[in-house]
Amino acid sequence: MSTITKYQTASTAFVQEAEVFADLYGKSNPALTAIRKQAMAAFSSRGIPTMKHEEWKYVNLTSIAQTDYRTASPADSQKLSKSDAEQYRYAGQDAILCVIENGKLNVAASSMSDIPKGVRIGSIDDFSSDAAVMSHLFTHASFEDEAMVALNTMLCYSPIIIKVDAKVKCDTVIQLIFATVPGVDPLLIPARVLVVAEEQSEFTVVESFHTHGSGALTCNNIVSEVVVGKAARVHYAKVQVEGDEAQHINYHKVNMARDSYQHLTTLTLGGAIVRNNLNIRLDDEQVNAYLNGLYVLNQKQVIDNHTLVDHAMPNCYSNELYKGIIGDEAQGVFNGKIWVREDAQKTNAYQSNKNLLLSNQASMNTKPQLEIYADDVKCSHGATTGQLDDEALFYLRARGIGETAARSLLNHAFAADVIEQVENEKLRESLMQLLDVKLSALQIEA
Amino acid sequence: MSEDLKILDEVTNSEYKYGFVSNIESDNAPKGLDESTVRFISAKKNEPEWLLEWRLKAFRHWLTLEEPTWANVHYPKIDFQDIIYYSAPKKKPSLNSLDELDPEIKATFDKLGISLIEQQRLAGVAVDAVIDSVSVKTTFRETLGELGIIFCSFSEAVHDHPDLIKRYLGSVVPHTDNFYAALNSAVFSDGSFCYIPKGVRCPMELSTYFRINSAGTGQFERTLIIAEEGSFVSYLEGCTAPMRDENQLHAAIVEIVSHTDATVKYSTVQNWYPGDKNGKGGIYNFVTKRGICMGDRAKISWTQVETGSAITWKYPSVILKGDYSVGEFYSVAVTNNMQQADTGTKMIHLGKKTKSIIISKGISCGKSQNSYRGLVRIAKKAEHARNFSQCDSLLIGDKCGAHTFPYIEVGNKTAKVEHEATTSKVGEDQIFYCNQRGISTEDAVNLIVNGYCKEVFNQLPMEFAVEAQKLLAISLEGSVG
Repeated sequence: MSTITKYQTASTAFVQEAEVFADLYGKSNPALTAIRKQAMAAFSSRGIPTMKHEEWKYVNLTSIAQTDYRTASPADSQKLSKSDAEQYRYAGQDAILCVIENGKLNVAASSMSDIPKGVRIGSIDDFSSDAAVMSHLFTHASFEDEAMVALNTMLCYSPIIIKVDAKVKCDTVIQLIFATVPGVDPLLIPARVLVVAEEQSEFTVVESFHTHGSGALTCNNIVSEVVVGKAARVHYAKVQVEGDEAQHINYHKVNMARDSYQHLTTLTLGGAIVRNNLNIRLDDEQVNAYLNGLYVLNQKQVIDNHTLVDHAMPNCYSNELYKGIIGDEAQGVFNGKIWVREDAQKTNAYQSNKNLLLSNQASMNTKPQLEIYADDVKCSHGATTGQLDDEALFYLRARGIGETAARSLLNHAFAADVIEQVENEKLRESLMQLLDVKLSALQIEA
Repeated sequence: MSEDLKILDEVTNSEYKYGFVSNIESDNAPKGLDESTVRFISAKKNEPEWLLEWRLKAFRHWLTLEEPTWANVHYPKIDFQDIIYYSAPKKKPSLNSLDELDPEIKATFDKLGISLIEQQRLAGVAVDAVIDSVSVKTTFRETLGELGIIFCSFSEAVHDHPDLIKRYLGSVVPHTDNFYAALNSAVFSDGSFCYIPKGVRCPMELSTYFRINSAGTGQFERTLIIAEEGSFVSYLEGCTAPMRDENQLHAAIVEIVSHTDATVKYSTVQNWYPGDKNGKGGIYNFVTKRGICMGDRAKISWTQVETGSAITWKYPSVILKGDYSVGEFYSVAVTNNMQQADTGTKMIHLGKKTKSIIISKGISCGKSQNSYRGLVRIAKKAEHARNFSQCDSLLIGDKCGAHTFPYIEVGNKTAKVEHEATTSKVGEDQIFYCNQRGISTEDAVNLIVNGYCKEVFNQLPMEFAVEAQKLLAISLEGSVG
């Protein structure tokens, strides 16, 4: 079968599944079914993106198209227990753990007994009477242009929803554990998250992605929508530590209201093919958005970070820092776009992408992009790719530190920059540990 | 109306200074494009069989291609059957002296300020003047000939130096390269050919003045520059065009081959008709320019000042094949009114210890859109390659746009690649500082913008630097953001 036919066959198979799916679950929520139908139309017309698509230039999805995936279904039994989930705890003993096993909430494995007042966590069924929340569902991440969002929209059956009431400051970290449990057949997991931060609320959410056990291939197709209300402050971390075989495509859409603040850290360490799509829309004035990313790759990992900072309104600030260490035959991609719309005067946007290549088989493709349609702005970006500074290395070696030790020290310092900006101390420490484990697995070549 | 708006208004209303039409009888090909057009052009130029075959091959390939749409520019679809692909001045003069030159053509040159006599006598610049695709007069050929330098029109080179043409034509930009390169390869009318023999330093700046003249004529120039081992040449290209209502297509190709230790410096000042303030008319400038550093320590340097054309779409590139070779790109692109520019460069590092530098300065005014699009690719075997890129954009007015699309692909860990870009406007505080010191707002803007472009202007040969500054002053007259 030629590659093109494979893409078509795979796309058609997904649409057929979605049709069955829409019939099964459509009755309980007709409004959502209408959206699902639109998504099906959008996906049918686009199909799984190929490398000819400018936004997918460096990532080959053939392995996804080639695999005969079955979509995870609510009928699947759940295997994870509380003790299984505990090993993935990153933000201290008091953190709320919400386990999403193969796309569906696993209440038995979750630790959600001490949820503070004003915070609600649940699946779509728990929120069906909350019209305000339901109005956000499926509406922020646009599937018209993104086939993989359309795929998620037509197939996801149980969105997880977090809502924090106005003026509630929640110190307890909410951790969403996305545990992928591979089975006999290759599994496509269309999970979805909606986070609604009401006016002046403040809290921290961690999404972590794990492979639990071994088996056939898995592909996560995640869409997260985050609605940040007026003057709300949201700290968010996305931690990818899936297994070596895992495929993962992720869309993260944030909508920010006036005076709001968000700090988003994306840490990518695991997975065979990982694509992170971040779309941050600064929808009103006086918004502050921070995006930090770190990716450390080895073996044949392919990681693609696509970020879009969409300055739609004046007087906003955004700051983006992405760093990567690429070893072995891994391939890194960074495509960061700052888009300043016509009315977004007095915008101040900054972006920086720095990469270290550790081996001659490794490669890095970066495209920092500015599209600016307003004149009174300050926008800049910088991108560098190279290896460790010889002089820094010499400095350390002159002080009796061996070459390998000196290199790992410098690698650590380079990467730690990003994690140090995480506000929550326990989370920061956990992430630092994850980073060190990954760094020690890197082949350090002189 | 505030002072700022008034000044902006003046700029947008200023008419194209070089808009005039000379009545030279043209010998046109029939409108449209098919194999017979290609044969017509080839026959007109009395070309050998192999070149006709080459053109036809390119034409057949072109038929299989689709018009590219990826650039950040918007324009009505071009009807390729509505273009005259060949037009030559009818009375092709074979001249012994300048007195025999068609007085109309001579007058055109005089208006442009490049009187041949003046040039010959004063500047030491050899001009291969091109009016609508056919070289009319080549000067200084004798002086150059003594050194073994060949500088002539492309069609002459086809007859006089077929071996060189056969060897190098399409070697840097093959006809399969892109849509417009294929089109050009099929229907190219004329252009310049330049050959610098081994070890020769060309004693003067070589220069071609392009000029689009007949209405509805596409201009398909082809330039080929070959610098043999250890040679040096500085080549200038400059353009002005008369005012037109119909969009004119210009799809040129420039190929440069720089051998071991050779240096080629290519400078462009482009000031074609940009269309009126509503975006009507103007030139479509879709150009493929590429050089290859064949040998070790070869160097190619592109400098461009782009102020004209309704749409500019070009990426002068360097393939750094030889070890220690150097590629440079210095650019100032100014867009005003409804102009659109999508320009930048490609630096392909193949050899060891290759170096490249990219300095790009974009200035957008009015309702124009100005994009930098560049590629820096470090191949797996390019050990210790080095690149530095800087792309700055200056916005004047709140209806224009400035965009940056840099692609950086690194496949070798010893590479060191840096890219930085900024976007800003002329600061009110900067203008205020100048005003305080008795410098008028208009002069202050000029001062600031000139300072902003200085890095690029410094790279231009002296005659060009003067012209570039004048052009910039005209384009920016009093535009205060």
